[in-house]
Amino acid sequence: MRKFVIYLIMVFFAIYYLLPMYVLINTSFKPLSEVDMSTMWNPPKHWSFEGFKKAFSKIGKNLKNSFYLTIPATLISAFLGSINGYVFSKVRFRGDKIVFMLILFGMFIPYQSILFPLIRFLQSIKLYGSIVGLILVHVIYGIPITTLIFRNYYMEVPGELVEASKIDGAGFFTTYTKILFPLSIPAFVVVIIWQFTNIWNEFLFAVTVTSNPEKQPVTVALVNLAGSQVVEWNVQMAGALITALPTILVYIFLGRYFIRGLLAGSVKG
Amino acid sequence: MKKEVLIGLLVILPSIIAIAIFVYGFIFWTVRVSTSNWNSFSSLLRGIYHFVGFRNYKRLFQDDRFIKDLWNTLFFTLFFLVGSMSIGLLLAVLVDKGLKGAQVFQNIYLFPMAISFVVTGTVWRWIFAPGIVPSDPQGINLVFKKLGLDQLMWGWYTSTEHIGPFNLALIPVIIAAVWQMSGYTMAMYLAGLRGIPVDIEEAAKVDGASEWQVFWKIKFPLLKPITLSAMIILGHISLKIFDLVFAMTGSGPDFVTDMPSIYMFELTFRSNRYARGSAISIIMLLMVAVVIIPYLVNSMKEEVRR
Repeated sequence: MRKFVIYLIMVFFAIYYLLPMYVLINTSFKPLSEVDMSTMWNPPKHWSFEGFKKAFSKIGKNLKNSFYLTIPATLISAFLGSINGYVFSKVRFRGDKIVFMLILFGMFIPYQSILFPLIRFLQSIKLYGSIVGLILVHVIYGIPITTLIFRNYYMEVPGELVEASKIDGAGFFTTYTKILFPLSIPAFVVVIIWQFTNIWNEFLFAVTVTSNPEKQPVTVALVNLAGSQVVEWNVQMAGALITALPTILVYIFLGRYFIRGLLAGSVKG
Repeated sequence: MKKEVLIGLLVILPSIIAIAIFVYGFIFWTVRVSTSNWNSFSSLLRGIYHFVGFRNYKRLFQDDRFIKDLWNTLFFTLFFLVGSMSIGLLLAVLVDKGLKGAQVFQNIYLFPMAISFVVTGTVWRWIFAPGIVPSDPQGINLVFKKLGLDQLMWGWYTSTEHIGPFNLALIPVIIAAVWQMSGYTMAMYLAGLRGIPVDIEEAAKVDGASEWQVFWKIKFPLLKPITLSAMIILGHISLKIFDLVFAMTGSGPDFVTDMPSIYMFELTFRSNRYARGSAISIIMLLMVAVVIIPYLVNSMKEEVRR
């Protein structure tokens, strides 16, 4: 009986969490002729790729932009975070805690408070409106979280290991490449998934730093698509599904690491 | 200075400089803009800086729309926190029972975290689109009609009804936000529950405590640091919420679902009122800072003690 109640509650919430997915899949596979408000909850009578074709023709190039943006930005910021994390976990210097805290604060700020200067700055170095400009933005504002995840990870690596390597005469970089880097593959996986998901899903920088529709990431294209195809709900929902698919796949195949990244966001990890 | 410390500092120097400029330098720059008269494109082009003190801030606090935004942020944050944390805790406790299939449920609850707020907004906008009530409803209203629950049909995010300063149109936005973030809260609580040693629970049970007592008297107090972390993380997200509202409802009729971030976006990028837009963003920064700074200072102190 008690078990039954627990399952009942769990199923109820599962419906809540899956409801938007149902609507998303259900609607995106309908042909336009079946998109009718009065039957929106019914499954499609004829499964059709019409919506996907149309959505893809509208946001396909933006999907490509998102990959061009997300992959380099993720890799660079993971590397930067790793090397920063090494220093903040293994090298003591005066004021290190304060400096680390000042860096961390950067991940909590509302980005609105740096947005106007950022855009002026990007305009002045001729990177405004470009994917490269967006990569730079994501690498810089990714420093706090990536540094944090790596630092927390390296804190668990025994200091003796690093000391022993130094006694053997290894320098700073040799210790990093020979001792820490090979140990940090799990942390890299966590950071890469975390950054990939966040940069892919990001909207505020994407919509303000790029104004040319040809250069915009897919999240911006989706909002524009949803705003312009008001009656073609199948196209809108197909567009939403296309936008969400890469990160959903990451979640399905690498979910375990994804959760670790999530929890690392709460500072103490 | 030891050689390795020197190298270490050199390695982190680029990041430190980047953060110094892109976070602190730019915040300072925004503060400067917020105290200028740059409220048109031509004034920006001329580039002559006129200090006007707190005039832009004062104008905001006399602006009905901005006052509404602050109320909306307050109620959104309040209900979003209560919703996410109570659902998160409940689900964590249920999943932690380890019944068959619990892992599957856990994965279902967490997957919205992988999805963009923009996608979430697009989908929920359709689900909560009210249609014409009562004759030709759509979305969730249609479900209510089919179930014969006609009295539950209403305008959702298009409604201008309010209880005091609380706009009811925020309810669907809160439901969507809780959908997105409660799984995350569950994951935090779950990690906490799994960190509680089993023998504490067993000792209490031997002493005759019921499961209910074990939870509220022993486990819940031990979860206090997690409750605090969750509040801070969810709180700072909701104080600066933008994408979800932008994609789902926008400002809404009579600004019922407007937020400071949306007003800031419109002022800065649609009507070239850079100074007033900047003033909003600084107010947002202050709201977040009040929550975050004590938290950061506290976590650092704890680390030093360790």
